[in-house]
Amino acid sequence: MAWQRKVLRINLTRGEIHHEPLNMEWANAYMGSRGLGTKYLSEMMDPKADALGPDNVLIFATGPLTGTMSSTSGRYSVLCKGPLTGAIACSNSGGKFGAELKNAGYDLLILEGQSPSPVYLNIVDDAVSLESAEDLWGTTVWHTEETLKERLGDPQTKVASVGVPGEQGVRYACIVNDLHRAAGRSGVGAVMGSKNVKAIAVRGTVGVTADDPKRFMAVVKETMKKLADDRGRQGMTRDGTNAMIDTMHAFGGLPTRNFQEVQFAGSEKINPTAMRAKNENGHTNLINNKACFGCSIGCGRVAHIDPKHFSVADKPQYWHASGGLEYETAFALGPVVGVDDIDACTYVGFLTNEHSIDPISFGVTVAAAMEMFELGAITLEDTGGIDLRFGNAEALVQAAEVTGAQQGFGVDLGLGSKLLCEKYGHPDLFMGVKGQEFAGYDSRALQGMGLGYATSNRGACHLKHDVFSPDMKDQSGNGKAEPCKNSQDEIAAIDSTGLCIFTAGAWGMDDYAAQVDAACEGDWPTERLVELGERTWNLERQFNLNAGLTAADDTLPKRLLETPAPSGTAKGRVCELDYMLKEYYQLRGWGADGVPTAETLGRLGLNA
Amino acid sequence: MAKGLQIDPAKCTSCLQCELACSNHHEGVFNPALSRIKVFEFEHGRRSIPYTCTQCEEAWCLKACPTNAISINQDTGAKVVDDATCVGCKVCTIACPYGTINYRSATGKVVKCDLCSGDPACASACPTDAIVYA
Repeated sequence: MAWQRKVLRINLTRGEIHHEPLNMEWANAYMGSRGLGTKYLSEMMDPKADALGPDNVLIFATGPLTGTMSSTSGRYSVLCKGPLTGAIACSNSGGKFGAELKNAGYDLLILEGQSPSPVYLNIVDDAVSLESAEDLWGTTVWHTEETLKERLGDPQTKVASVGVPGEQGVRYACIVNDLHRAAGRSGVGAVMGSKNVKAIAVRGTVGVTADDPKRFMAVVKETMKKLADDRGRQGMTRDGTNAMIDTMHAFGGLPTRNFQEVQFAGSEKINPTAMRAKNENGHTNLINNKACFGCSIGCGRVAHIDPKHFSVADKPQYWHASGGLEYETAFALGPVVGVDDIDACTYVGFLTNEHSIDPISFGVTVAAAMEMFELGAITLEDTGGIDLRFGNAEALVQAAEVTGAQQGFGVDLGLGSKLLCEKYGHPDLFMGVKGQEFAGYDSRALQGMGLGYATSNRGACHLKHDVFSPDMKDQSGNGKAEPCKNSQDEIAAIDSTGLCIFTAGAWGMDDYAAQVDAACEGDWPTERLVELGERTWNLERQFNLNAGLTAADDTLPKRLLETPAPSGTAKGRVCELDYMLKEYYQLRGWGADGVPTAETLGRLGLNA
Repeated sequence: MAKGLQIDPAKCTSCLQCELACSNHHEGVFNPALSRIKVFEFEHGRRSIPYTCTQCEEAWCLKACPTNAISINQDTGAKVVDDATCVGCKVCTIACPYGTINYRSATGKVVKCDLCSGDPACASACPTDAIVYA
């Protein structure tokens, strides 16, 4: 058990709904969520297909542990070809939507084709229907979610939807569920919008069972205890992920003003201490913390904006509580655009959720626009009067509003940093890899992170590897390839269980294997999980190679390879990608051309 | 005084471990839809409040039941439904002022919190001590 052994497949072009058995041969080789979704995607589509055309396939994949009592069991993955990157997209989200989908009886939900008109999908266990979304088209995520819950009459209904940027093909539009959790990266929301799917509503009452319930509960108890006792977990509960902003500022790895600098003095105005402090109006940003389904960490923040702040003073509809700053939103709406206004950052964070845009890609795109604005390549005429200087909180707010509404300069900002920089004649100012913007870590200070960024199959991403400890200990690229490769495989496996990688500080691979082994049929020793992770990584790589990407795409912007870090502990260093990458290809069993050798593919049971 | 479920909403993160534990203990499945304790969210998630039977001293469900299917567990003070005696008439669900005894069409019986015979699964599972049995 633990799998529901059922797939819900929707052909949007023909309006057909199919219930199919889960392919257990694939489930045994790829487990679930990220791995299994990658396998289905690879089998179902031509990687050369247009990401925003009807031949792209959009998969919502839960893992075998999704919906169980394992801590952090609320995760699901969204897979498709990404419009931002032209590579495989695999975005992971929490909240309660994924567990609800699993509880409705499905391991995977697959959307094929393109609906002739706007629809939403309504799933109540076995009862599934496509309904008109004409009246919701053009509205926000928040409006859509609220309207559907009311219309369907069950407050326990969970909704994942897109706003206008998703409908209009913004390349970094995300899919937002439960108001402020998101399958955030690579533009999966634009793919949903391109299929004319506004929302998915799901209510599940079937439940999930473990194969060996007694042993499973014993393992859950043990792993819960381990997580509870872990100091890293305790910090995450207390401060959320934004504790990282102080660490990165001190270390000199905090990308600032489009990566021109690596430290940001204003970080103390948007850090966890600032979130808890009372401002001059007696307002405190942070309200409390909130967990995703089944999660005993609760890193999510619930915050509210000072009603007197310029951004919302005349907008009482934004005075309520919603998702507060996490590290990546704080970085992308703070240091990288030079802004240190906690209310402006929080408000723009709200807007990114309300309108379904990835705050990382949005913030880093605005940062590039700001640099080009200061260089004179983008003018006030281009921006429609927005004074896009670094540090201008009002400009950031205006930029978010026009991007959310897809009006004026917001259409340019919706291109993403790479195309925007090309359009305005400064391609070198794009800060990202494979078309996707960097997260909040500078590769000159964190070399292994640089290698991870360069090799991540979905473009620049901080979540697909974990070289953090080695990076903090040694600032050269020596010895970084191996932990990068190994952690990529392990994280691919963790992502495939349906659990959250924020457990990985407290749990080793044995802990995940023990949970999977008790929950699923068959034997699931640790080695099987790790090998499955490596298989998944290589299958993702094959998807990308078949899509037309090459080793030349495994690179970083010149700024990180040629311009030394101006301050911090890595002052004077550039990212030493060249030799790390060579070593990495060797460790992966790939040729110098970055292509897996026949021997590697054979060892992992993959076809050439 | 008998122990009871002490609920502190300020500590609740809405993780639903209590619902998972409850459904697992009573039904052998992880299924919040079958849980006898429910977490309600208010004000866009600003507050999350776990809610279940308070085991009223003067239990109207028990008094209303025409078949005497509800009795008091002498060890825990819990008001407990005897499935074999319950005829599913739902009078108790009308009598209860809190809505914490519910009819299930699948079984034709009512269900309510029985304090798991003195070791409530929800309290054991709660990672933040928002639910404590004391």
